[in-house]
Parts: sequence; structure tokens; C-alpha cells
Amino acid sequence: MAAPTSSDGLADAIWNLLASVRLTFVLLLSLAATSIIGTLIPQNNDPAAYVSAFGETLFRFFGVLGLFDMYHSWWFQVLMLLLAVNIVVCSIDRISSQRHVLFVRRPRFKADRFRNLPDRVVFVDDRPPETLRAIYEPFLARKASAVQVEAVEGGFRVFGERGRWTRFGVYAVHLSVVLLLVGGLIGSLFGFDAFVTIPEGETVQQVVLRNTGQRLRLPFAIRCDDFEVSFYETGAPKEFRSALTILANGTPVLQKDIVVNDPLRYQGVSIFQSSYGTLPSDEAVLSFTSRETGMVYTRDAKVGQEIVLPEALGAFTLTEIRHDAQFRGHPVGDAFIGRLVPPNGPAEEIVLPIRFPTFDRMRRGEVIVAVDRFKQRHYTGLQVNQDPGVDVVYAGFILMIVGCFVTFFTSHRQVCVEAVRRGSGTEVTVTGKANKNKTGVARLVGRLSESLKALR
Amino acid sequence: MTSSLLLSATTFVYGFAGFLYLVAWVFRKPPAAALGTWVAVGGWVLNAAGFGLRWAESYRLGYGHAPLSNLYESLVFFAWAIMAVYFYIEWRYRNRVIGAFSAPLAFLTMAYASLSPNISDRIQPLIPALKSNWLIAHVVTCFIGYGAFAVAFGVGIMYLLKAGRAEQEAGMVGRLPSVSVMDELMHRLIMFGFLFLSAGIITGAVWANSAWGRYWGWDPKETWSLITWFVYAAFLHARLMRGWRGRRIAYLSILGFGAVLFTYFGVNLLPGLHSYQSMG
Repeated sequence: MAAPTSSDGLADAIWNLLASVRLTFVLLLSLAATSIIGTLIPQNNDPAAYVSAFGETLFRFFGVLGLFDMYHSWWFQVLMLLLAVNIVVCSIDRISSQRHVLFVRRPRFKADRFRNLPDRVVFVDDRPPETLRAIYEPFLARKASAVQVEAVEGGFRVFGERGRWTRFGVYAVHLSVVLLLVGGLIGSLFGFDAFVTIPEGETVQQVVLRNTGQRLRLPFAIRCDDFEVSFYETGAPKEFRSALTILANGTPVLQKDIVVNDPLRYQGVSIFQSSYGTLPSDEAVLSFTSRETGMVYTRDAKVGQEIVLPEALGAFTLTEIRHDAQFRGHPVGDAFIGRLVPPNGPAEEIVLPIRFPTFDRMRRGEVIVAVDRFKQRHYTGLQVNQDPGVDVVYAGFILMIVGCFVTFFTSHRQVCVEAVRRGSGTEVTVTGKANKNKTGVARLVGRLSESLKALR
Repeated sequence: MTSSLLLSATTFVYGFAGFLYLVAWVFRKPPAAALGTWVAVGGWVLNAAGFGLRWAESYRLGYGHAPLSNLYESLVFFAWAIMAVYFYIEWRYRNRVIGAFSAPLAFLTMAYASLSPNISDRIQPLIPALKSNWLIAHVVTCFIGYGAFAVAFGVGIMYLLKAGRAEQEAGMVGRLPSVSVMDELMHRLIMFGFLFLSAGIITGAVWANSAWGRYWGWDPKETWSLITWFVYAAFLHARLMRGWRGRRIAYLSILGFGAVLFTYFGVNLLPGLHSYQSMG
């Protein structure tokens, strides 16, 4: 991370820029600052909603900057890519400059490195150095992962270390971020994100892609056998449950009830409970009231079947169930639509809104049509996805947690125990150092000297 | 005896503890701080008892879920987490001045939960999206992280009070811990908080993947938690840069806590998947 000299050339200058922590810092804060925009401007809304909220000029300007889908805009992706490159280059740069510390089979200790350390405990033991050496050496060999003993004038010196591997923690965290980005990329390149609504009893094979609105044909069909919704006494929804059957080439291969938080997975495709709604069924019981006689006739009606009315009132056919119907330009909600052919006169369209049972009285016709009863059908709204990148992302998650723990709470520690003859006994000096958490070293040195004093 | 009553009492006990810590710091009365610790521990036990009782009450109502499902319940746990982190610091660093900057935060959290007219303390049943084993893991990890960030924020304020007058031995400023201790304390708290924030975001992502089929959807709350993560990641890297110690680090700690607060409260003003929080 040293400043490039002129002889390094452009490549080195770029390398040094990409390897700098300063760039990491700037990128992290830039990502933080720009991410705010997308939380203030609702993303992927209808263009008309944006125009009415911001006006034509701002709408164009924001559109050019990609602010309506900013987390997928080129500039945001470039920031993320730069962060990934920065992380990789920085890690390579540091690993190569630390390789003599990181990749060591038998670490060598040098007494000079332990000379002027602040954490140091000195005590006198009444046994001679030879006795202590026979005790200390196996003790440290048990406690430390690498030990080195050397003779000094009038005594000996033992070095020990632990946790050299913890130096890799930070690289594990960096790798985990790269895995998250790679997993996300795999998902967006090879996966899909779609939805479908299926009325109870029906089967679909095509789903609608969320980002483009295009239809996608699945390699299997989904049948919704049943949908149920239950409520708490408070009126809040308790459970949405869809009974689904997967059909491959028309034969059922898998059946499962799905609820929110418990999806169905088949051939790498996951199906989630996402929404629901109701549809009237295509059958109803209708009543026909004759204005002249006041007689009421009830008949079962089915879409498309003609009913011949008594008293020579004509014929009635239920033609469709219309979602959000209109009557003379006014919205009347879901309605049954029928066609009445009186014996003399033109056929007319009859609108029977579900919400207003006596609606047809207003027409003041010879016969008043009303819906007595009808069955309701639910439809289930399903989220259908495939994301082959999830495993990579999850691997990144685990690596990140483990890596953060190792980086933050463990360290590479080294100790040096020097024992020199003093009279009939020995003066023992314990020192230690660590690559991080320097305050922990004082405790380590204190504890070690207490253990050494107590050893017999 | 209801959980709401216990938790209202907790509010005042935390308030009293904070007052004692402040008195001890301002008027140099160490016995007040020692008493403050006992009062705070009492409040903390009361807080935990209220939490446990509320859990039991939800079973009696037939809902049966951990009290971590709405704004009120999360605030109760947040206050508890702040004090848990603080007690560890007090014990580890043998310093009670930090209490004057931590207990009041727990008090404000509980006061907001108990007194705000917008927050209902009614126990409500879980809506389908919240019925998951990930609920507890997600909320607990997030709020332990937030608790650490809250205390780091308190230490950041203390640092700025002391910075520039580091040599002063006497008076209120003199009684604050040394700048090097506070610098290290902020760093350690933020490392701890960062680990838990990461775990909180990750458990949330795994949960979202099992509920909605995608681990990340750029919903405002998700995005703000990532913004918070970016700010603290920047903090952790800033220390590796030449000259970034002390005061600038303290400002970053305060900025990070601002992001935490917005993730927690501000996002409820924006539309998104976590909006059930405002129904609390």
C-alpha cells in the first residue's frame, strides 16, 4: 500500500489503488450513502405513479440515473464490483506480503522480538534452571502448538505460540463477501423469480416472470387442490394453506400442503404461499320474480346454459362472472352477467353485482333477476422461483460468521519464557505478544507466570 | 400481576439507576454508582421477569409465541440487551462512569415502549409471515448487536467530551476513562455488535428465503440494515488507515448508531415487508 514511484508504472499504480484500505473505506461509505436513495424512492413502481409524484422533468432525470431500479442500475453494480475487486486485490496483496508469517511449517522464534515488550512478569524460583527446563518444556509443548527451546548463558529460553491460523480469519470474511456477490450473480443469471395464481381445482404450467411480465413454461404442472384461510378472533389472519399437487406429464408425483414459511420444493424450483383471493364459482342459484303475478321462481344456473322462464317471460342465460364489473360507468365489484331474451323485444344484458342483491329491481323489467346463493372459490397466489446461487450464498453466510468470530475474538499469540541462574535458584522472565487484542496479552502473561510458579 | 406492570416498573427502575450513575459521575460520589449498579441489576431482573411473564401470558391467551413480535416487545428486549452489554463492560473494565451513558439509553427505550401512545402493549397473535423458528434467532441476534452499538454510542459521546482535554485529571471530564481505554472499548463493542448485526442480517435472509423465496429483496428495512453494516464495516477498516484514531472514530460510532436508529424506527415510515412493526 506504499505510494507508487514513477518506475512502478501505471499497472502498479492501479494495483496499489485497488489494494488500498482507503478505497475500501470510500466504497463502503459510498454504498451506504447511495443505498439510501432506493429506500426513499419506491422501487419498480408504475411509471405513471412516478410522473405524478416527481413531475415529467425529474422523472426523466431519475430514469436516466436508473433510480427507479437503482440496486440493479449500472453504477450501483459498478460500485459493488469495485468493492469485490478491492477486497480480492487487497487480500492478495496482504497475503503475499505476509506469506512468511502465514505459511510456516515450523515457526522460528527470535529472542530480539521479545526484548522490549510492555507485558512482562519476572519472578524468582528457588529451583535451578536444569530442573525448571525439564518441567517447562513439556508444559509449554502441551499448551502451545509450536515450541522452540534454546540455551542461553546460565539457563535456557522456551518460546511457544498459538493461533497462527487465526490470521486467516479476515481473509475468510473477505472471501465470504465475494461468495455472496458470486451467489447473487449466479441467481440472477440462471434463476428466475415468478408468480402465478391458481383457482382451487385448477392446474397451471405457466408462470409469470416478475421483472419482465413474460410467461415461463415449467417442466411440470401445479394443481391447487384446496385453499384454506383461517383467522384469529381478533380478525388477524392465522394461516394460509394451499394443498398442491405436482404433475409431471399429467401424473401426480408430489403432494404437499404449503403454508407461509413452509414452501414446496421440486426439481430445484421452490413454490411459496404468497397471497390469496376469492372468485365466485360458475354456478349460482338465481331467483326470477314476475312483476305481473309476483310469483318467485328459483332455478339453478350454470354459465352458458339457457333457462326458459315460466309465464312466457323469455329465456335467461348466465354468460360470465365479471371481476370488477361496471354498470353504466360505475364500478360495482364482482358481478354475474346474464343475457335476458324477452318474448318480444331485443335481448338485454343483466348485471347482478354480488354486493347488491336487489340491484336488478332498478331496471323495472317484466322479470326481476336476483342471485340467491352462489359458491365461492378461492384462488391461491404462489411465488415460484429457482435460484441455483442460494448454496453459494449460504456458504458465504457461514464463512462470514465464522470469519468474523475468528477475526474479532481470537489472535496469534507468542510467549517467551527465559530462565537464568540467580544464586541457588532461577530468575524467570515471561513475555508475550499478539497480533491483536493487546490488552489480552497482559492477562495471558500473568496467567502463564502463575501456572509456571505452581508447576512442580 | 401482569407483564405490562412489571415492565412499566422496569422503566422507572432504569431511570433511577441512570440518575444514580449520573449523580455519582457529576458530584464524584462513588457510593451512588455502586448503588446504581444494584438498582440497575434489579431493573434488569425485573425486565427479564416481565419478558418471561409476557411469554407465559401469550400461552394463556392461546397464541403461544416468544415476545419478540412487535415494536413494543422488541423495545423491551432492546433495553434488556443494552443493560446486558453494559453490565459486562462494567464488570470487565471496573468502571461505572459508562453507566451514566448506558442506563439512560435503556431508560429511554423502555419509556418510549411504555409511554408512547403509538405503541400498543397488547399481546397479539402471530401473523402467518412471523410463524417461523427464525423469528427468535433473527430478533435476538439483531438486538444484541444493537445493544452493543448503543453502548458504543454512549462511549463515543464520552470520548468526544474528553477528546482535546485528555490531560485533565480533575472534574467530570477527568473522571471519564482514559482516551485509549475508550478508543479500545468502542472498537471492541463495535466488533461484537458487527458480528451480531451480521448474524442478524443473515438469519433474516435465511428466513426471508424460507418465507418468500428470496434471501434479499432490497426492502427498505433490509437495505437500511445493510447501510448500517456498511457504516460499521467502514469503521472497522478506518482503524487500519493512517491517522484514523480517536475523535473521527467516535464520530463514526455515533453515525453508525444513527443508522441503527433509522433501521429500527425510521423505516416504519417507509413502505415495506417489515411494516407490521408499526402495527405494534
